Amino acid sequence: MSVKVIIPTPLRVYAGKADSTEVSAKTVGEALGQLTNKFGDLRKHLFTEDGKLRSFVNVYVNDEDIRYLSKENTPTKDGDTISIVPSIAGGFV
Amino acid sequence: MSTKVQPITSQPNPTGKATTLTNEEILRYSRHLIMPEVGMEGQLKLKNAKALLIGTGGLGAPLGLYLAAAGVGHLGLVDFDVVDFTNLQRQVTFGSDDVGKPKALAAQARLSNLNPDIEIETFETKLTSENALELFKDFDIIVDGTDNFPTRYLVNDACILLGKPNVYGSIFRFEGQVTVFGMPDGPCYRCLYPEPPPPGLVPSCAEGGVLGVLPGIVGSIQAMETIKLILGTGESLKGRLLLFDALAMKFRELKLRKNHSCPMCGDHPTITKLIDYYEFCGVRGEEAPGPDVQVPEITPRDLKSRLDRGDDLFILDVREPHEFQICNLNGHLIPLGELPRRVHELDSSREIVAHCRSGKRSAEAVDFLRKAGFRKILNLKGGILAWSDEVDPSVPKY
Ligand SMILES: [Zn+2]
Repeated sequence: MSVKVIIPTPLRVYAGKADSTEVSAKTVGEALGQLTNKFGDLRKHLFTEDGKLRSFVNVYVNDEDIRYLSKENTPTKDGDTISIVPSIAGGFV
Repeated sequence: MSTKVQPITSQPNPTGKATTLTNEEILRYSRHLIMPEVGMEGQLKLKNAKALLIGTGGLGAPLGLYLAAAGVGHLGLVDFDVVDFTNLQRQVTFGSDDVGKPKALAAQARLSNLNPDIEIETFETKLTSENALELFKDFDIIVDGTDNFPTRYLVNDACILLGKPNVYGSIFRFEGQVTVFGMPDGPCYRCLYPEPPPPGLVPSCAEGGVLGVLPGIVGSIQAMETIKLILGTGESLKGRLLLFDALAMKFRELKLRKNHSCPMCGDHPTITKLIDYYEFCGVRGEEAPGPDVQVPEITPRDLKSRLDRGDDLFILDVREPHEFQICNLNGHLIPLGELPRRVHELDSSREIVAHCRSGKRSAEAVDFLRKAGFRKILNLKGGILAWSDEVDPSVPKY
């Protein structure tokens, strides 16, 4: 299953400056696992030390938040897009 | 703390609500009046509306300009900051003459020049848990253009407690997020992000930079959403998170759901009053940028005299290559993020002085290298900024 993972601007620096990457995965968890295997520096920004997705990082399959699907067990199919959307605070600086 | 610019041409009336426009206003707003989506009814809604802008800088600049120009009758501007030279690259409300002036007052002057028919109230104060509810209560819509997580959560919670819409916009480098929180049945900021990131894990705008046009675009979208809410027309961004990537020039939209177990807006809210948002966000003290690592330091003056003396010091610059191009101290460049895999380029027997722009990243580098076994390593206190202030003013600050 070829799935596109979109990497947000603040995290691109930990992903060799890539804005997206293709992985082959049957679930969101698998996709994120492959992503962090590919870019090791990303791991601590996405996951806590006990391997849980950080609460200020949201993950979407297409336009749906995985918290309202099956979280990391959410199945992915060919052509799906996974978006990682961390909170950013910038405004008037 | 609050000053008012009294309206010059609009007619006072006993109900406090304007029911007519002056001939001058009719001319000013004619391009609104001739479109059925606004018309006289809509323009009067705008005239009677009260919007509070949190922040007058990057996002606040287009917001203030467009809301004032559109005839939103009462604007509140909250900002305690002062216009700085580096603001002019994107904060288009301000001119070079405004550098050094309080932002709220400089914005008020600019906006009342743009539209003398509206009231502009300024609040030169920091938004806090103590003053937020009092400040917000007289406004219909709150527009969040702040730059930090504690204020974001504060604005969200105050809006939910008062039942007011919160037009949210946020930017980073060339990417923006926009939505509307605080609508009946709609989600809130805590539904989207229950917790802020711990300090240090997400770079701030000052560290990350921002492309000047980006706040113009994102702030303009916020202005559009604000006007639509006032007019009660169209489809708001409630329940939708609009993502904008300026580099790819792509807009994407994600579904934003109300979390029924949200502690703020859920079925059984557990937060019923404003809290300490600095503590919530793990920031100790108002200005603290995060838990600073304590490492051995050297002041710029001491470094200068040791270099002049001919001491053998290895200067390690942990900034990014594009920063090195702006100015440098002839150091060896290894960006902080690459340090772990490039440690072998360093000789632990030599004395090393690490530096960055302000001393924060290099403190992390020193901390990392000490853990890796380096013993003779110092952090340049205050970084290149302090070097420019204390040793060599010809080195530009950025
Ligand atoms: Zn909520």
